[in-house]
Amino acid sequence: MAILEVCNLSKSFDKLEVLKDISFNVEKGEVVAVIGPSGSGKSTMLRCINQLEKVSGGSIKVCGMDLIAEYKNGKPVYSSADVLRSIRLKIGLVFQNFNLFPHMSVLKNVMEAPMCVLKKSKEEAEETAMLLLKKMGLEQKAASYPCELSGGQQQRVSIARALALSPEVLFFDEPTSALDPELTGEILKVIKELAREKMTMVIVTHEMAFARDVADHVIFMDGGVIVEEGTPEQLFGDTQNERTKQFLQRYNNDYKD
Amino acid sequence: MSWEEILQCTGVIAKYLIPTLKIFGFTLIFSIPLGMIVALLKMCKFKPVSWIINVYILIMRGTPLMLQIITIYYAIPMLKVSDSAFLQNLFANVDTRSDSYQFTALIVAFALNYAAYFAEIFRGGIESIPKGQYEAAAALGMTKLQTFFRVILPQVVKRIIPASSNEIITLIKDTSLASVIAYAEIFRKAKEQMVTYSNLTPLFVAGIFYFIMNAILTAVFAAVEKKLDYYK
Repeated sequence: MAILEVCNLSKSFDKLEVLKDISFNVEKGEVVAVIGPSGSGKSTMLRCINQLEKVSGGSIKVCGMDLIAEYKNGKPVYSSADVLRSIRLKIGLVFQNFNLFPHMSVLKNVMEAPMCVLKKSKEEAEETAMLLLKKMGLEQKAASYPCELSGGQQQRVSIARALALSPEVLFFDEPTSALDPELTGEILKVIKELAREKMTMVIVTHEMAFARDVADHVIFMDGGVIVEEGTPEQLFGDTQNERTKQFLQRYNNDYKD
Repeated sequence: MSWEEILQCTGVIAKYLIPTLKIFGFTLIFSIPLGMIVALLKMCKFKPVSWIINVYILIMRGTPLMLQIITIYYAIPMLKVSDSAFLQNLFANVDTRSDSYQFTALIVAFALNYAAYFAEIFRGGIESIPKGQYEAAAALGMTKLQTFFRVILPQVVKRIIPASSNEIITLIKDTSLASVIAYAEIFRKAKEQMVTYSNLTPLFVAGIFYFIMNAILTAVFAAVEKKLDYYK
């Protein structure tokens, strides 16, 4: 079953077209890595699916629910607030800058949405939150505040926070870009663990080795279009596409330096 | 002045602490919520609204509070004797000689003035919260109201404490402006005593009262800031 169906998605900021005719599907249990140079539209695409940006054209379906109901005079009309809310709850999002709530303890950060949005009882929310924190190896930090944690720990809290709503699919927007290499490893480990548990995930990343390692499917974007997609073996192993080759080569060179 | 006289005049002035604190308290009660509303309206995307708010803030911050107090206090008596029958009737039942009218006029002037300053502080505070906080709340499915009250406002409060404490300390001193419409509070009484004794000491006594009130407020704010220091 397709969790996510993106069809002919386009997005323009005024006259600047940042996404052109993007189409792809994400199946249940699949891990999709989105790679590409900065400014290629990866994050914008993610933000369109997460309702943080308005699309200009195309359709997005999450668990069979349409984000955009119809088009009137070429302008998208979004589905009813109820549908948008249901879609939101199917999707978890992990940000590059964590965006934890600084005034809440780690535990409260994870409990907030289940209590506020799903109207769960305090006991139930706390129980789930503690389980998730334990899974992230952070049960000792439950009473701490985000400012007292390392970047890697903060990112793990934000993963726990996203998981607390038991989403169908988890999106990562460059989850390790704000972290140093040592802390990056700790986040990648968590994502790998989630992949093993068959969590459906879409990961925008600059970590090529990681993408190759963890993803079932890799999408290479450049200039607002999907240049190539396929299995990691196809893309990293023997791509026939000149642009992909060029991009990956530069990455490899960077790593050799 | 003899010590006995000083003590006596201190007693007289002290009795008017209550009216001073009444202006202070009522102004805060009205101007803080009003300031919040003004701040939200100023950030309104519908341009005419934010434009009107801008004019209001410009006038309130751009003219002396003393002028505003006098204008508001005398406006209704003036309108009552105006040529317009409509205006005469409109305010016919307002007894502009009563004490309650005087106090109401004062509070209206103070609240409108301070709301403009608070609004700018609140707006600055709200706009200083990173966009990511709104996005994180939205991604978690929180409504706009939940986002504002549970995520944004608590962080705004912490950020605006220093600027607000400045305003609130100024307000203690500004209550003395009420004397301009003969409202009996510390400053007016001190001035009367000054004339009675032909001596500046009563003003000095009043100064000590203001100083003590602000010393207490400063301590309170320092404590609040410290209490909110559990996160960065």
